[in-house]
Formats: sequence, structure tokens, C-alpha cells
Amino acid sequence: MTDFDFIVIGGGHNGLTAAAWLAKAGRRVLVLEKRATLGGVAATEELVPGFHFNIGAPDARLLSPAVLDGLDLKKHGLEFIESEIAAFAPQADGRGLTLWNGAEKNASEISRFSKDDQAWKEYSRQTSRFAGVLAKMACLRPPTIKNNPLGLMLAWGRLALQVRALGGRDMMQFMRVLPMSGYQYLNEHFETEALKGLLSVPGVTGSTQGPRASGTGFMLFYQQMGAARQVSGGVGQVSAALAKAAQARGAQVRTSIGVKRILSERGRGIGVELDSGEQISAKAVLSNADPRTTFMDLLGAPQLEPRIVRRLRGLKLRGSTATVHLALSGLPDFPAAGGDQARLTGDIVICPSLDYAEKAFDDAKHGRISAYPILIARIPSLLDPRLAPTGQHTMSIIFRYAPYKLAESNWDAERERLGDLAVETMAKYAPNLKSLILNRRVITPLDYEREYGLAEGSEMHGQMGLDQLLLQRPVPGFVGYRSPVDGLYLCGAGAHPGGGVTGLPGLNAAKQALKEIR
Amino acid sequence: MAETKRYDAIVIGGGHNGLVNAAYLAKAGLSVLLLEQRPMVGGATVSEEIYPGFKFTVFSYVVSLLRPEIIRELELPRHGLAILPLESTITPLPGGDYIYRGTDPHETFRNIQRFSPRDAEAYREYGHAMYQMAKAVKYILSIRPPDPTSLHPRELMALLKLGKHFLNLDEQHMYTLAKLMTMSSADFLEEWFEFDPLVATLSASGIIGTFLGPRSPGSAYVLLHHYMGEIDGVFRAWGFAKGGTGGVAEAIASSAQELGVEIRTNAKVAKVATRNGRATGVVLENGDEFEAKQVVSSLDPKLTFLKLLDPKELPSDLVGSISKFETQGSSGKVNLALDALPDLACLPGEGVHLKGAISISPSVAYIERAYDQAKYGQFSEKPYIDIIIPSMIDPQMAPPGKHVMSCFVQYAPYHLRESDWEDQREAFGDAVVNTLSEYIPNLKNIILNRQVLSPWDIEQKIGLSGGNIFQGELSLSQLFFLRPSPGYAQYRTPIRGYYQCGSGTHPGGGITGAPGRLAAFEVLKDARK
Amino acid sequence: MPIPSPLHSRTAPLCITQEWRDWSGYLAAITYQPAHEVEYYAVRNAAGLLDVSPLYKYEVTGPDALRLVNRVMTRDIAKCRVGQVMYSPWCDEDGKVIDDGTIARLGEQHFRLTAADPNLRWFQDVGYGMDADVRDVSTQLAALALQGPNSLPILKILFKEAKLDALKYYYLLQSEFNGTPITITRTGYTGDRGYELWIAPDKAAPLWDRVMEAGKSYGIIPFGLAALDILRVEAGLLLIEVDYTSSQHAKIPAQKSSPYEIGLGWAADLSKDEFIGQRALQAEKKAGSPRSFVGLEVDWKDLDRLYGAVNLPPQVAGRASRIAVPLYANGKHVGQATSMVFSPILKKYVALATVESSYAQMGKEIEFEVTVEYVRVRAKAKVTKSLFYEPPQKKSVARG
Repeated sequence: MTDFDFIVIGGGHNGLTAAAWLAKAGRRVLVLEKRATLGGVAATEELVPGFHFNIGAPDARLLSPAVLDGLDLKKHGLEFIESEIAAFAPQADGRGLTLWNGAEKNASEISRFSKDDQAWKEYSRQTSRFAGVLAKMACLRPPTIKNNPLGLMLAWGRLALQVRALGGRDMMQFMRVLPMSGYQYLNEHFETEALKGLLSVPGVTGSTQGPRASGTGFMLFYQQMGAARQVSGGVGQVSAALAKAAQARGAQVRTSIGVKRILSERGRGIGVELDSGEQISAKAVLSNADPRTTFMDLLGAPQLEPRIVRRLRGLKLRGSTATVHLALSGLPDFPAAGGDQARLTGDIVICPSLDYAEKAFDDAKHGRISAYPILIARIPSLLDPRLAPTGQHTMSIIFRYAPYKLAESNWDAERERLGDLAVETMAKYAPNLKSLILNRRVITPLDYEREYGLAEGSEMHGQMGLDQLLLQRPVPGFVGYRSPVDGLYLCGAGAHPGGGVTGLPGLNAAKQALKEIR
Repeated sequence: MAETKRYDAIVIGGGHNGLVNAAYLAKAGLSVLLLEQRPMVGGATVSEEIYPGFKFTVFSYVVSLLRPEIIRELELPRHGLAILPLESTITPLPGGDYIYRGTDPHETFRNIQRFSPRDAEAYREYGHAMYQMAKAVKYILSIRPPDPTSLHPRELMALLKLGKHFLNLDEQHMYTLAKLMTMSSADFLEEWFEFDPLVATLSASGIIGTFLGPRSPGSAYVLLHHYMGEIDGVFRAWGFAKGGTGGVAEAIASSAQELGVEIRTNAKVAKVATRNGRATGVVLENGDEFEAKQVVSSLDPKLTFLKLLDPKELPSDLVGSISKFETQGSSGKVNLALDALPDLACLPGEGVHLKGAISISPSVAYIERAYDQAKYGQFSEKPYIDIIIPSMIDPQMAPPGKHVMSCFVQYAPYHLRESDWEDQREAFGDAVVNTLSEYIPNLKNIILNRQVLSPWDIEQKIGLSGGNIFQGELSLSQLFFLRPSPGYAQYRTPIRGYYQCGSGTHPGGGITGAPGRLAAFEVLKDARK
Repeated sequence: MPIPSPLHSRTAPLCITQEWRDWSGYLAAITYQPAHEVEYYAVRNAAGLLDVSPLYKYEVTGPDALRLVNRVMTRDIAKCRVGQVMYSPWCDEDGKVIDDGTIARLGEQHFRLTAADPNLRWFQDVGYGMDADVRDVSTQLAALALQGPNSLPILKILFKEAKLDALKYYYLLQSEFNGTPITITRTGYTGDRGYELWIAPDKAAPLWDRVMEAGKSYGIIPFGLAALDILRVEAGLLLIEVDYTSSQHAKIPAQKSSPYEIGLGWAADLSKDEFIGQRALQAEKKAGSPRSFVGLEVDWKDLDRLYGAVNLPPQVAGRASRIAVPLYANGKHVGQATSMVFSPILKKYVALATVESSYAQMGKEIEFEVTVEYVRVRAKAKVTKSLFYEPPQKKSVARG
């Protein structure tokens, strides 16, 4: 008799999703989280007294309905605050480009810049259709190269039919644009640099790739699977609700418990050893840690075949996201918003052109912090005043690119310089910003690794490049959520479909484990 | 006086693919006319005496990909085709050292071992893996791409056969293939090698002819594309055609003529004549008209569809996708006539290393920096250069004691952002010579003549849109059943009796002849109906 | 172009035939004198000296050295004591043989491995994540093989202090030569008593001189690869790329072999700690191997008959032939002989062969393809053990 049926290593949102799903099936589940708070980087923390910041993920736009409804998260306290605004992109010439959720207004907004409003209609039609296919794909376990079970083949066959149902024209387009670069895809539609710059940003999320990289088109659709919506009380409330859902069904969730290693015997995972030395046995272990941490550190390369280790060594994590959290005494004034505060309730994006984005990436490619960074800022306290003291605000600026591996410096030396650069850059569009800053906290990729356990600071647990998607995620030869070690599953963003607060890797892994572990 | 003559088939463009296509059509008994705008056939596959006594391989310079079945079926050796082996590749390094990769595996092993014993071993295993990959994709090169949107049993069968081919591959090989289809060449190579200059010089095969850097995803596929070569049954053997690459075109032309193809040079086609959605012949710029039941264009897709036809005759989808077809050229060519043999600083004197390729690719960052400039519309001041000295391999290319040097240079973007190529051509040539002089100190003193070709010049001279040597980027969005456009990847066009057979169709660029041959089979299938 | 080995200054003047072969990128003498049999008999009856410097050599050190080597090798290296040497193949993840070689345990955490092919990358990758260091010492160590019944007395002249008499088969001892450390292993590729001497390359030539000098009165001569090939076939020893294909080089899966299929099943220890290929070999052991490795004796009378028909005496390979020959049974192809030679000492035409397992029993009659004056015919042959010849001195320990 094992201590538990399942042990979930890591209480990130995917680990908790898996735990809740397993507990829902009546299994004995233990979640072990190294940190004192749950959620991983989908957490909300009071970094400055009175100011609550979303540490990494700014929202839960991608959270799958299958998770939200399947685990009754609303019943467990999860609430959303809908925002009308998707993004606002102030420009150097003082204009601002705003995109709303829902395409109606956008065409007229775009017509202020150029004739791209016509193209916008076709673009939004196509991207939403393709995103729809991707959303279905995200819920399926990826097939393997050989010997797929019949049920899975049928599921993918149905999906193939859906792709076919797009019609010959869209189907071919789908195949054509999936491996395309965001650069090419956007250039095929639009002329307006401001629009293309803004739209290219989701394509390079979480990877050290510029918009010219093939496959960044895929990410454009991936990010379109959901609409911007803020989590009431901060994104950490997603994890809180998930934990409640898990606990309500009997799962044990223990925080401040570090796992030293995954125990295995003759190619089978049998439990974990804690930092304290205590050993806990289980029928199977699900790891919410990234693939490198899971297999190289916790399990150990010598437990794996050399050919698998070679592939894992090739895993491209390449985190390049830093976040600058600002506690503000008031709301920054963006003249480009023309005094309309509502425009600041979505993403505030600094990326005026495709070349701007590509040049930001060029720096990262050569191991430098982008001199002219892409910034994606949120002021969540605008819609959710509880996050900051009355009249005051929290602003979190995602800074790209901040490559984990710096060629000629190190992050402890560069941390505050990056903070300054982020503020200086943003202040060009919000001149009063600097005078409002009460406090500042910079989280570099190294900090994400040290504090949050993300190897190389990769929030995606491996960049979502063309070569690390679908049956190549995390690396070729892994069967769905199974690993080469029987009874060890990967349930984090390193598994299909990948990063973002979707809950899908956790959900899919739990389903897989339930099928296989009696 | 305009004349009108009638043929079974007319082939537009006398590049190697047009010639191959014409030869196969004639071989099947059709009366064939081939029209070439220049005074000579060959297209990008020509050797010309630009400077008296010196034969330049003006555009393309090496051969490996020419399909062996074409060599056999068209009896090209009898028509003068001789491919001489290129012995080696030497990569000079900044510190004065060099990487040498030659025909003797042990010598190569020892050379690489000096930098990394691990890489010396990996190099062999890598060669083995790429051999397996070339074997795996060989089938793809030999088939017409199926149409995945069609429900026609023929297409479904073809898809099924293709699927079966892949399922029969070894599982590990499938993984490697998946990586090649999706990765950047530098990332792919870094899974094998730790010595950066070795990664760099190998990754160069992944950027040749494309608007990609070694770190751009998709470049690993181009790497594979360059490994598909097969000479005498040996995969990945590069060679130099006797007489330059023009020797290849001449051999195919000779074979074609013997098979009955009529070749007319100085005959530039203005339009493909159509009636009721059917091609009826061609009209030359000089007004001459020729009639034929079938017309095949070996020109690039943009010319084939948008110039030779009235776009109004085509579905708007096709016009749209062909206009979007990426054809921006990225490479230039510098051909030098030399008074003496160039002397490499890293390995002075004459030697077997001068009979192979000399690759200026000292680090991945070097090539990436070169690419960075191109992205923003400048030529690379420190470019990647692939050099061969044809006169060392075939002494007839230059007068005794003198030499010709062929330098393939990347990057030279077709679109210059702040200037134009007429203005920048010589500055580009200077950048190349200056870069080379760092590795070849005596170079500047021995240059007798210099020919500089930018992508714009290539377009001017031989018509290739954007000066793209592959007639279109070899990106995943432009391969197989997507090349050149979804729904029109089977060499046919919406105009009945009008076909495409250039590198802009499957399986793409390089001197393969495969598009010409595969297209001929489609033309013949319809001709028999 | 092959390059000279560290012993080239000595071997070159002696190689009057100028018959050289490329051995791992080095020049290696095929036969020093026109009659390679002389060299062969020297090893069987007196002593011979062979330059084996082209072998690949690796050293594994560190706290996890044993764990690493044991994960590579199919044999249980934990049983290898310090001062002992073991022979073992190693496999890929699918249980197919990559290479084979010797493992000398120089210390608790110190192993020296030999290999026919470069294997640094493989050893390093199998040990990835372990606290052990793998180094390629191929060019830092030259090697001489002193083989034959007189090898012991010759060595004793050179190394008076060393306890050579007590040195058992597949054991080693450390000594000094002119102040330089030397490892003496009682190993070889001849199937006779023999020693291999491992020393820094710059000391290899003086060592050669001393061995030759000491061996003069014991009948020592240098021997080349032609003699070696006969010796190793008689001893039933495999040669990579001849008797089997390394799984790393196989062009198609059918060219790969498991240890069971090349007669090394005895070396696959399925019960030891996890090693690479173990799972696959366990499965193969259960299911049985389709092919087996055997010795063959070709029926001389039948050969006599076949050649007699064209009025010739039997024409057989005087030098070992490495050109594989198909084998038949009841008209059906059942395998191939991969190395074959007329054994000078047994006076038999023998071969190493791979056959379908149902034809692998001792004494089984099989047909061996022979080409008699351009015509392919089949001679009778009998399945035997692959160890054709094993003199008592091969493993015996000297008295005293």
C-alpha cells in the first residue's frame, strides 16, 4: 500500500488542476509546493505593503472552460472582471492605438491610422477560426509517431475533419500559416506599423524569438484562444480556487515542502524524497516542475536513456522575460489615451513596429538586454482597487527581452539597470510616471529561476517554438504526458499544449494518469 | 515579319529545369520548342567568359543535387557532363587557425579533435544521421505532391502512400526528421557539436539562398535540402561540373536537341496566349507567335502567373498567394579573375585545400550579425562567403597559372532600404574583397577583374524575381503541396494546357532538375488524354 | 592520409614489404616480411611484437567512475577488482552492440577502456549527470602487444622487479620503464599467452627496442595485421565491421546485432544494475535471438572434390578473408561466414559465421559457398565452437 495514489510536485496552477481532477475521481492526492504560497508564477503577492502584484502571468485569459467549469472554480471563489479593452499602444507621435475585445470598434479605430481596417476584418475572421481549431487541439493529448491508441487516433481524426471543414481554402491557409512567422503573416495583412508591432507581441511571448521566426504565427493564434479578463483579487485567486477545489475533494496540499528527488526503481517512479529526507510513496508522480528540473534534477539523467538525455539537453528554455513591478501614488497619465482612463485597463503595449520588436530580439540573441525593449504593462488596480491602497495603483511591466544568459554581465548587476530602462522607456509615453513611483521591484529571469523554480526563467517551461510543440513537446519521444519513466507524468507547461494559465497540461495529464494508474 | 509555327509543347525558359522538362517531353515523342530570352541557355546555370580567357561560373557554382535518374535517363555523360569532386571545405578562423574537413575521415577527425574530441566523433555520427535523413526524404523528391484538400481517390492514395513511407521510417529517424523540419540550423547543430565555429560553418548550408539566419527556425530544413545531393549513389557529395555549371546546361541542351527539341535563344516571351481558359501558345516580345497545345513555364511563379498571364484570368486567391510568395533574394555573387593563386593566411601555399570550398563562417554570431544587417535592408559588411576556385579543379577555366574565384556572398538583400543596387554594387564588392583579404592577404594584389552581382543584377540578367536563387524561399509555408501555392502544387495552373516546371515548384531550388522532370510527367499525362 | 604511429620509426625500417593498412588513421604494417606465416608461427611458437597504438583509449575517473562504466558495459564491472581487466561489449538503448573492448581497473575510481571506434561521446553521454570524468587518452598512450609463449621470459628480462610470474590472465600490474610509468596487462588478441604494454608515446620506441633486444634469443619478431587476423580467427575473436556492424554505423536495422547474435551472450549480465540496453536484452533473452554466432569447419574432402573437378588442389584463403560468404542449408540461405582462414596450426579451413539460430547446434551440417574457377558451388561444413584453438599457456600461471 502506497502512502498516496498520486503525488503532485509543485502547486502551480497546472499542478493544482491535476490534483483537483485526480481528487475529483476519488484518488488520494498529495500536492507538495516548495514555496509558502501556491500558484507558481501565476501568483499574487504583496511585494510592497498594501500593494498586491501579479508576479508573472497578468491574467487568466487562456484558462480553459474545461477547467473552469469542470472544477466548479466559480463556486470556489473565482471571479473575473471583464475588461472592454484588449490593448492600448501609445505611439511616439502622440497617437494611441486601442484594440477592444470584440472586433466592431477596432476597424474604425484602425481606420484612423490607415486603410488596414478592411484587412482587419479578414484578419480577425481568420485568426478566430484558427484559434478555434487550436483550442480543440489544446485539449487533446498529442499523438505519438507510432502506435497510437485507437481512441486517440479517432480524436485526432475528428480534429483533422474539423480542419478540413474550414474549407479547402482556409484549410490550406491554416497549414500555410501555422509554421509562418508573425512577421510574414502580419505583413501579408497590414501596412500600419503601429498595428503590426502591437499584434506581433503575443507571437513572441515566452520565447527568445523575434517576430521573423517561423512559428511565431502559431503563437499569435494560441494567444487568441481566450480574451483578456482580469481575475478579481489578482491572478493568484485562480490557484486559490483550484486549491480549494482540490482540498474540497480530499486532496492534501502542503506548502513550504521541497522535493529533493523523485524516487524510481527499475524505470518506474515510486515516490518522492523530501528535502527533510522523508520519503513518501505513491502509485504515480505528476511533476508540475519544468522538464529540465523534473528529469535532470529531480529524477536524474542517469535514470534515463542517453538518447532521451541528449534531447532533454537540447531543450530550449531560454527565458527572456523580466517584470518590473511599480507601486504608484497615482495613475500614470498617458497623453495618447486622451484622458480616457478606460483605455488603460487592458495591456499597455510599447512595440511601435515589427522592426522595433525584431531589433529588441537582436539584442537578446547576442546576449544583451534589449536597449529598446518591448513592454507590456498592466495597471490591475484600475479595475480592482483592492489591489492597492485607495487612490494608489499597482503597475506591472513585462519587459522583453531580458535573456537569461547575458553575454557580458550578470543579472545581479543588471537588475536595477533594467528597472530604470523599463521606467525610462515607459515614461516616454507617460511623462509623470517617474514622479508617481513609491516603490519598485524588479524580477529578472534569474529571479524567476531562483525564487520560483523556473529553469532559465522560462515561464513557458520551454519556449514554444515550432520545434517544441505538439509531439515534440517537451522533447520528441515523450508519449503524451507520460515520460520515459513509468508512473512519472509531466503536468506543467512543458507538456502539450504549453504555457499560459490554461490549466490544460494539468487537466490532460490527470486524465492520462487516471486511465493508466488503477 | 511575325511568324507562326505550331508545336506540341513550348517550354519557356532555358534554365536547367526548362531544359530537363523539354528533353523529357521530346523523349516521349512530342515536338517541343524551347524559348530562352538570353543568347545562351542555362539560366542561372551558365559559365561565361566575362573577362577574356577567364570562364566565370556566373551564378550557381556547385552541383550535387542533380537527380541521378535524370543523368541516366537523358544520358548526360554522353553529352559531356562530367562532375569533378570537390575535395574539402576549409574554414579559416580569426586566430589564424582553421577547420579542415576533407575526404579522409581520419584526417577530418584529427583536425576537429584539436578543438573538441567530442565534436570529432559527433561529426561522423552527424554525417551518418544526415545520410539516414537524405535516404528518408529521397522518396519525397521523386513524387508529385499530393493535394490534401482533394477527396479524389488518386490523391487520397497518394497521401496514404506518403503516410506509409513515413511510418516505415525508424522511430528515431522520425524524431530527427521532425527536428529538421522545425528547428534552426544552429540549434540543430548545437545538439551535436560544442565548438561554435564548427556549428557556424555547418549551419551555413542552412542559410544558403534563403532570407534566414542560422538561428532562424526553418533553416534546419534548408540544411537538409543541401544534404539531399547524391552523386554516383553517394549522398552529400558536392561536385564541380567540368566547364563550370554551364557544362550542366550544355549537356542537358545537347541531350534535348538530340531528342528533337528546338531551342531558340534571344527569344523573350511576352505573353502566354490563351483562349477560353486554355493556353494556345506564346507571343514573343518581338511579336513572333508560336502555337502549341501545351505550354510549360520554367520561370519563377511570379513571372509564370503574374507576368506571362493576365492576372484577370486567374482566381483572385491564386493571384493573392503568388503576390505573397516570398522571393526576396538574399545572396550576391562576386567573381574574380586572378593573376595568381590566392594564399590563405591560415594555410599558406598551394594545396589540396584550394581544390575544395573555402568558407568564411567563423562563428554563429558572425553570420547572425551579417543577417541582422540584411533584415533592415543593408548588405552585410562582414558577410558569409562560400568560395571555390574553379580553375584549381578544372584548369580550362582560366589561362595557365591564372585563376578564377567564385564567391557566393550572403547577405545581400534585394531591397536596400536607403539606396539601390546600382549605387551600392561596388561598395558591396569592396566589402567582400575586404572581408576576404583578412583571410587571403595577397588577394587585392592579384585581382585582374571583378564581377559583382547583387540579387537585383541577377533579376536584371536572368529574370529571377527578387534575384532569389531558389525561385522562392524554401520555408515551410512554401514547400511541398504549398509550393508555389496551395492547390497549384502539381505543376498545373488554372489555365488548361499551361504548366509550371521551375524551382518555384516542388521540390524546390538547387540544380536538381527534379521539378522539370516531375512536371514533364504531368504534361505527358494530360497529353495522352 | 594515415599518419605514422608513435612506433613508426621502428616499424618502418622493418616493414620490407611496404604493405601498410590504414588502422584508425594510422599506418599499420600488414606484414613485415613476404611470408606472413613466419610472423604467425613466431606468435604461436615463440614471440611476436605488434604495434597496437591505434586503439582508442579512454580513462574514466571520479566517485561515479564505476557507476558510469557499469552503466555502459553489459558485464558486471562491479566484480572487476583493482588490478583486474575485463572484456565486454557495450550496447545502445535497443540492446544492439556498439563496440567491444577491455576495461582495466587501475584504481577504485579509475578505469582505462579500449575501443575499436571512437566512443568518447557515448561514454560521456551515458554518464551525463554523474560525478565522473571521461577523457580520451588515445594519443597519450602508445601500446605494444607482446604475444606468444615466450612473452613471459622476455618481459621478465625487462621488468625484473615486477611480479610477472603471478600475473594472471586478464590482470594487470603497474611498473616503470626508464622512470616512466607503464601498465602491463595480460591481454591480447591472439589467443595465446600475451601481454600488452601501455606507455607514453615518447617512450614507446625505446621500449620497442628493449623488448626486441631482450627477445632476440627467444625468437621474437614483429608481426603485422595479416598474422594477427589468422591468430584472432583461430581464437574465435570478433572483429568489428567484419564479423558484426556497430549499431552506430549500421545503414539499416538488419545490420545491427545484439550480444546474443555475435556470441557474446555470456557477457550480457541481465541481473546486474541497470545498463544501457538491458531492457531490450531481457526481452530478447525471453523471446530468443533469431541469429547465432558459430564457428565453422569446412569439410576438406569436399573442398578437395570440388576443386578436383577442375583439376586444382583446394584454393583457400592463406590470409584471413574478410569477404562474407553466404551459407545454405537445404538450399535455403541461412547465414554468412564473415571471417575465414586456413588455420596453419590446425590444418583446417575454419570460419566465423552468423547463422539462423536453428542451425547453430554443434555438429550441424551446413553448406559453405565457394567459388571454384568463377563458378559458385557449395562445400560441406560443420558447425563448431568459435574458439578453434586455445593453448594451455593462454591462461596458465607460471610456477614459482
